[in-house]
Amino acid sequence: MTPQTLSPLLCMIPLLPLAGAAINGFFGRKASKNAISAVALVFCGAAFVVALFIAANFSSASAPYSFHLAHWLRSGSFSIDFDFYLDQLSLVMLLVVTGVGFLIHIYSVGYMWDDDGYYRFMAYMNLFMFFMLTLVLAKNYLVMFIGWEGVGLASYLLIGYWFTKDSAAAAGKKAFIVNRIGDFGFLIALFLIIKHFGSLDFTHIFTAVQSLPAEIGGAGLLTAIGVLLMVGAAGKSAQIPLYVWLPDAMEGPTPVSALIHAATMVTAGVYMVARSSAIFERAPMAMTVVAIIGTLTALFAATIGIAQTDIKKVLAYSTVSQLGYMFMACGVGAFSAGIFHLMTHAFFKGLLFLAAGSVIHGIGGEQDMRKMGGLRVYMPWTFATMGIATLAIAGIPPFAGFWSKDEILYKAFGASWVYWLLGVITAFITSFYMFRLMYMTFGGEYRGAPAPAAHGHDAHAHGNGHGEPHESPWVMLGPLVILAFLSMVGGFLGGYHNRFEHFLAPVFQGPAMEAARETADSTLEYLLMGVSIAVAGLGWWLAYLLYSRRPDLPARIDASLGWFYQAVAHKYYIDELYAALFVKPLIEGSTTILWHGVDQGVIDAAVNDSADAARHVSDNVRHMQSGNLRSYAGWVAAGAAVVIAYMVWMGVR
Amino acid sequence: MVPLSYYLVLSGILFACGVLGFLIKRNIITIFMSIELMLNGVNLSFVAFAAHWHALSGQVFVFFVMVVAAAEAAVGLAIIIAVYRTRETLNVDQVNLLKL
Repeated sequence: MTPQTLSPLLCMIPLLPLAGAAINGFFGRKASKNAISAVALVFCGAAFVVALFIAANFSSASAPYSFHLAHWLRSGSFSIDFDFYLDQLSLVMLLVVTGVGFLIHIYSVGYMWDDDGYYRFMAYMNLFMFFMLTLVLAKNYLVMFIGWEGVGLASYLLIGYWFTKDSAAAAGKKAFIVNRIGDFGFLIALFLIIKHFGSLDFTHIFTAVQSLPAEIGGAGLLTAIGVLLMVGAAGKSAQIPLYVWLPDAMEGPTPVSALIHAATMVTAGVYMVARSSAIFERAPMAMTVVAIIGTLTALFAATIGIAQTDIKKVLAYSTVSQLGYMFMACGVGAFSAGIFHLMTHAFFKGLLFLAAGSVIHGIGGEQDMRKMGGLRVYMPWTFATMGIATLAIAGIPPFAGFWSKDEILYKAFGASWVYWLLGVITAFITSFYMFRLMYMTFGGEYRGAPAPAAHGHDAHAHGNGHGEPHESPWVMLGPLVILAFLSMVGGFLGGYHNRFEHFLAPVFQGPAMEAARETADSTLEYLLMGVSIAVAGLGWWLAYLLYSRRPDLPARIDASLGWFYQAVAHKYYIDELYAALFVKPLIEGSTTILWHGVDQGVIDAAVNDSADAARHVSDNVRHMQSGNLRSYAGWVAAGAAVVIAYMVWMGVR
Repeated sequence: MVPLSYYLVLSGILFACGVLGFLIKRNIITIFMSIELMLNGVNLSFVAFAAHWHALSGQVFVFFVMVVAAAEAAVGLAIIIAVYRTRETLNVDQVNLLKL
């Protein structure tokens, strides 16, 4: 397969889901649910098949492939085209997005079947796939930005999918606005790039950057671009300080949480940073910023995850934390380790969310883990698959998460032991809260209401009622099983002789990345691996102790910790802090100064007052127009007299 | 030879009489006659100047004024008759339909 024949297929991949979205969006209202499902799955699945076909014929020798679709902007020497681009990095992303995306589409058919807006949901999901694939396959930053904003739009639409619910509508807005803050940084970075490199094309920029010296010991242009790109990535990938939208985004349907807010969209920031690795390569300070933000986010979000009781909120904070790992990896130059973790995370976190959705589905919309328990009896398949995902995320070998997380921790140790230590602590906490989730959900006795449960939070109407928890249909379990298989074996892609890293090596070239890549001390690697396994086991044991053997202990520990527990349970009051620092001053300032002051006081007042003045003057002047003919004549005569008097007086002078 | 100023003073007196009659009289016919008086006051000053400066244009202008005045008289009297037929009065203070 020559590049000439393979490249044109690239533009088909995003366009297929777009066609699906258009068909379902325009004609889905009247169509039957079977037809809607068929359209959504066929177009999404076709994209996956094309991606697989490309992957099968992909050869590193002829990479990167690129395909020119159309001209877009022309301004002097500056030009931007709709170009698609495929190298090893985008190939990995392509397979993850289409593969996991297709599985989640299948799952959605079961999960959303009874929802009234089924066609709308499927259209949005396909639309999301289109934008995400545009983002991944872009050849320049602007086309990437289209995808970037588009996935933000799809995310907004799907978070607020149940828009009649206030909290969902508010969460959608919050996600959109917080992302906009990040996009602001991204845009400024793009402006800087245009100004200094005169192009947004990846190949062009990265070649130009190669000739610049690394900015060691001082901040320069590349550092500024890098930090601003990181601001954008922090918004999209929910890193400190812009992570606040992701937990709220759990208001959306669970397949959305799995697809957009765990497996694909939130990793766009990591992909963007990895794609810009050439820029970060030359800006060590920007790399440090990325590493610090990633490390702190990983730890911070993990601690919040301990005290959450909503099953999806735990997973949301876990996602934020895992994304932190990926940024930590990028920050220490181990981009391929970050992408590796991105891939395994897509498998096991997508699986965790889908399994959580299966649980929520099975007990009638309940999301509070305190009202679950004992579900392993009722839903053995969900229990088994979710257990595999938990083992994977906790870092128990040989599951996928172990390989990628260990890779990151090892590389982080090479940069600084501080990153490694915080990473290991995070790994311990992760293991603890994930097994806590498992024990609370599946262990012990069922604590939920036995009567038909009220369809509250994740409301979707069921025909069969809810006498007792039931296992989900096979259309939902199928994707769970496939993802569970991937969560088991996905790690061997990279764990075995660093094949993944060698595969991505052509994309990540540069001294810092070479340094991060070199495999040095195998004894040290095994030692660190041992520590990772030990803390994961410790977390498991602690969760077992607290939530299975001595269920009375957690409450006592919570009580003895007092204010600290309260702070953690309330997410460190970050939302309240932001509300007090930014939202409230903004609303107050807008209300008092801009609304009452400027809008009503100046603009409205100017318009209204001039109208009032005109009316008053006219009201007085109209009395001249009495309709009395002789009074008019009087005015004329008086005017003439004045003119004559004036002329006479001027003549006399 | 009568000096120019005499004619001008007479012209001014005639015009002032016209203005005064226009302002204080209520009968439309009287007002109409006052207008004629003003016109003829002006005509007098025109011919006086024309004679004084030996310029023919002033006298020609007077003919124009007289033509216009004749036309105006015809139209004006027609209006007056129409007003009288509809409102049965010639008092201008009562012809005030357009007043607010």
